[in-house]
Formats: sequence, structure tokens, C-alpha cells
Amino acid sequence: MRGARPSRLSSAVVGVPDGPALAVAIHRTHSDLVGHHGRRVASRLFTTPKEPDVALDIFQEKGVPLDRQVFTWKDLVRRPYSKLDDDAFTRVRVIYMNGIMADALRTKHLMARINGSLREPLARIRRVEHFEQTLINWLNPPDQNPLETTLGFEQVAIEVTASVALREPDPYLAQTYRFGLLEDFDHLYRYSALYDRLEGKDPNTITQSYTDIIPGRATSVEHRHPVDDLRRPYDKASAHPLTKIHAISITAAENQTHDYYMTVGPFFTDPVARQLYAEIAAIEEQHVTQYESLLDPSETLLEKWLLHEAAEVYNFYSCLAYEGNPRIKEIWQRFLDYELGQLHFVKDLFERVEGRDAASVLPRTLPEPVEYKQHREFVRKTLNAEEDLASNGPDYVRMADLPADHRSRVYRDQLNSEGSPSETVAAGYQWTPGTELAARVQRMGSTFAGRKVH
Amino acid sequence: MKKTTSDMGPNRTGIATSPIDSADIFQAAQKRAPSSPGDGSLLLEVRKQYSLESGGVGHVPPPANLKGVAKTAVELLKGAKPTVFLDKLGERLAFERSGSRLYEGALAKLDVYGSWEEGPTQEGLERILNDELSHFALISESLTKLGADPTAVTPCADLVGVMSMGLPAVLADPRTNLRQSLEALLVAELTDNASWELLIELARGLGHDTLADRFQLALDAESEHLVLVRGWLASGITLEARASSPEELGAPA
Repeated sequence: MRGARPSRLSSAVVGVPDGPALAVAIHRTHSDLVGHHGRRVASRLFTTPKEPDVALDIFQEKGVPLDRQVFTWKDLVRRPYSKLDDDAFTRVRVIYMNGIMADALRTKHLMARINGSLREPLARIRRVEHFEQTLINWLNPPDQNPLETTLGFEQVAIEVTASVALREPDPYLAQTYRFGLLEDFDHLYRYSALYDRLEGKDPNTITQSYTDIIPGRATSVEHRHPVDDLRRPYDKASAHPLTKIHAISITAAENQTHDYYMTVGPFFTDPVARQLYAEIAAIEEQHVTQYESLLDPSETLLEKWLLHEAAEVYNFYSCLAYEGNPRIKEIWQRFLDYELGQLHFVKDLFERVEGRDAASVLPRTLPEPVEYKQHREFVRKTLNAEEDLASNGPDYVRMADLPADHRSRVYRDQLNSEGSPSETVAAGYQWTPGTELAARVQRMGSTFAGRKVH
Repeated sequence: MKKTTSDMGPNRTGIATSPIDSADIFQAAQKRAPSSPGDGSLLLEVRKQYSLESGGVGHVPPPANLKGVAKTAVELLKGAKPTVFLDKLGERLAFERSGSRLYEGALAKLDVYGSWEEGPTQEGLERILNDELSHFALISESLTKLGADPTAVTPCADLVGVMSMGLPAVLADPRTNLRQSLEALLVAELTDNASWELLIELARGLGHDTLADRFQLALDAESEHLVLVRGWLASGITLEARASSPEELGAPA
């Protein structure tokens, strides 16, 4: 598969005539576009440019040194993307990268709480990452309300997780991503019904016809006993670096989704909306439990830190490969350079403290970037084959094979015993262009063809 | 900076942006059945259940001081439930105070975007701003005279805040121009006019004629605001619809 790559490497390298990365031919062809976007290129009025193929050698690229990673308030608070004009995947990247950076902070705070000697370097990098997160999160426009941003969160969880599931080398982890994907897929449908029925607006104006708005594995059956959300971790010694980067990234995205729903849920006046956020936040908590349990707990703190920095580099690199908005693209490039600087800072620390070669943990070059494109065919196939999956401890089984008194059935029945918000909100709901009210008025007949306008 | 509001460009929100994808997802949505039967009315059923258990958004506070207690006791004679009047006064106070901020925002827009023929003027916007401030003062004094605390947020004041949440957001958004801001001011002025009328009716019904007379002066001013704002907006929309060059849309004040 041909992947898109950043057009420009770290600014530290640009201008070095004999840099190895620049030896690679940079060109753009029609077949790249088709391979990258499929028929979307032909079917869309506005398309995202495809970037040329350039390998990123993360040992060679030093990025921007930590002490030159600076901000101002004006720099941090920029013109946001347009809810109306920008591509849905620009919103997807902003929401996703906010999640990645939120987890950079979250993880480092936890490390600082349990390790005294790392506190100073952790504090230094964390401060820069706090500002990176600020700049990214503040790109969300003020006319995009919390429910609209929520639809964006679910589109992230579907399209990014689908890309990860397709690329994941470890079959067990790939299965886990597909398992979670079908649940987030259902969340988009439930929130879409809420958006249509509460605000009278069309959720597809946010997702822009990239993503299906149909039921997935019903949210009402996603509730599981905590023990059934734990998975088997990858083995740090044998796992492919991409496996580690995937697990770090999806854990980060889901954790931010949980935190976002927990923050905005109480802003709603409608009780079903408040219930739905409570319900889906609970699934996101399950998903964080699930995905973080994929991480090998025997990795040292510094190893985890190094891998997290690599994941951040990889994710900015992926955004850069696909971004069509030049203002936003410039930010991805800048933060790719910043993250490379941070990666090298931590690499030096890792090698000094642990006396190990960072190359034993990190890949030499970055894998193919996350594919920011629609994955409808893959999601539909997955839905068809795996909708009825459940988990029994770390193992995937058919839902029907769980006995009636299984702990997860008991747990779920208890939670749903006073009604299911996700079923209530979407009762009889089928997405229709222009909202379900558009379908209703269409049934009433044309106002120009004789139907009385009252 | 964008003076115009309705230019053609790469808006991606409609299904026509991507006809093939849109047809594909619509077909998929038609094929896949909902996970349970019913319709949107189930949301309303749950809302009803919660309504039955609800304790409302809050209360009107008791009188501010002992003097207030005495006065409120006197005022009790003028109505079976004087807190209704206090609640509505609290609402007008909140709306007029927030309204002042809206016009401050409109003046800032005027500085940046300028006006147009028969559009808002600095003097016109400042006059309305001062009127809103004086109406805030009028209600504040009225509440004090009735023994109530003008700094308290009454239930109606809280709700009018929820209702009008979008208005300051429109004015404060640097992406909106003066014409777009006038759309928000129109909503505010329409509500303001109807609400003053209701308040006057209530005051007269309760026998607060002196207050009602003062409030009538405020309503007279609000009626003028509405005429002004509607006129500014109409001329702005008409001008943009007809303008062939950006220069015709006015210059910064």
C-alpha cells in the first residue's frame, strides 16, 4: 500500500543538501492520489492534497531543541478552523491530536508522582506539551457546540481506529481495535440521533458523508464487568514498534474522549442527553481500561516515556501527511519538529540512565502514517462479521455463548434496569439527509404543488 | 477581516459536496434497521418523568434586610405573590445589563468593520448603550425600593441568561462583522420590547403605577432601538445583496 508522507522533514534538516532524506525523490502523481483517497477524489468537490513519499529517520532528524520550543498567548490562540468550510478530517486531526497531547501530560504527571529523579526533565517537556495541546485544542471553533465536537470525537474513534486496526501487525491487538471500533461506531449513531432530535440539525454536516451513521454493536450491550474489559498486553521484547505506538495512541484518544464527555455531559438540559453522555462516558472508561491493558506493564518508565514521544512524533507526522489546510499544516510541521526535539532529549536521557541503546526500543524510520480517509467498507465488513462479539476476560467470544448468569450480563442488566438512554434516544432513528424532519415534511407533499402553507 | 457575510466558497456541510459518498451512506442508513422501535417522542417521555421529580431552577431570595422585610410586607398588599414581580424585575435587570455589553461589542465591530449607508453610527450605538445602562439602573433602583437585592440572580434572570447565551457569543466572535452582530441585536431588541410590555402590564395590575410610568419611558426607548436596529440591518442586507464591489460596503469609522 502506498502511503502519504510529509512533504517536508524537520526544519532542522531542510536546507542540508546532502541529507539522506532529501535523496528520496519528491513527486506527486495521480496514482498517489487515487491510491490515497480512492474514488473520493473524483466524487468530492474539494479534495485534500496528497503528499509525496519521504521516509522519516527519527534518529537522523533532530527537530527543534527543547529550549527553542516557545510560545506567546497570541501564538497559542489562533484563528480556528472553519466548521463550515474545512474538511471533516481537519477536525478529526485536531480532536485526535488534542487527545494525544492530553495523554502526554497525563502519563508524565503519573510518572512524576512515582519517580522523584525524573521530575525535572518531565516538568520541562510537559510544559511545552501543555502549550502544544493548548494551541491544538484552541483550533476548535467557537460555533462548534459540545455535541458537534462530540460527533467529531466519534468520527476520530471510527476512522483513526479503523486505520490502526488495518495496519496493526499483531492479530490479537487488531481484533481488540475492531472490537472497540464497532462500539464507537454505534456511539456516533446515538449522538447523531440526539443531535437531530434535540437541536433539529443534521449530524452529517459534521461528518461530511465520510462515515456511516448507522447502528453498530448496540451501546446498551457494550456494558461489561470490569474484568471483561482487561486484555492481554503486547510483549515489549517481541512486539513491533508500530504495535506499541498504536496502543499508546488509541489509549490516549479514548482517554480524552472519556474526559471530554465527563466535562460536557452536565452542560445539557435534556435528561436523555445527560443520561446518554453518562452512558457513553462509561463505555469510554471501559475502552480506556481495555486499551491501556494492551500496554506491557513491564516496560520501564523511561521506556514508556520514550515510546510516548515516538508516538507523538508519528502522529504529527501522520497529520502532516494528510492536512489540506495550510494554516493547520504549518502547525503539524512545527510540532513534528518540536516532538523530534523532545524525542532526542528523552533518547539521551534514556541512554544515559538505563545504559541501553534507544534503537533497541525505537524503530529507525516511522511506519506508514495513520490514514485519514473514510473506511466504510472495512467498518461494514467488520460490523457484518463481528457485531455479536463479546468478551470473556481477555478472550473474544460470541455474545450468545455468554451464559445467562455471566458477570457482564448481570452487570449490564443492572445498569439498564431503569431504561437505556442509548435505546431511548435512537428509537426508530434512521439518518436522513437534512434531518428526520426533512423526511417527515417530504411525506407531507410539496408546498409548491398544492399543499397548504399554514 | 471579512465585511461581507454571504460569499461563495468551499462549504462542505451539504450532501452535494460529495454526491457519491452521500448516496452511499444514505443507502446504508436505509438498509440498516434501528436497534429498537419508536420515535423521538421517547425523549419527551423521559423529560416528563424528570419534570415530575424536578424542584425547578431555584428561588427568589428573601428580602435583603429588615427594612426590606417591612417593605415587602407592605408590598404584599399589592399582589398575592409579590415574588413574581421581583423575579421578572430580576430578569429585566439581567437582560439590560447584558444588553449593555452587547452594544459595547457592537461599537468595537463598528471600529473595525465600519458602517454603510443608513447603517449604524457611533452616536446611535452609544445612545442605545446608554439607554440600556439607564434601564439597568432603573430596575436596580426599583428592586432596592421594594426591599429586594438587585445583585441576586432570580430564576427568570437565570433563564433569560440561558435563552440569550448565543447573543454575547456572536458579538464577541472576531469572525462576525457588524452586520452579523446586528442580527443578534435584533433578537435582543425584539425580546426586550415584548418583555418591557409584559412588565408594565404586571406592574399596573399589581398597582405599581409609579413604577409602571417609569417603565413606559424605558419601553418607548426600546421601541426606538428596535426601529433603529431593524433599519440598520435591512439596509446592510440590501446593500450586500446589491453591491458590486467591497468599497460599496463602507469603511471603518
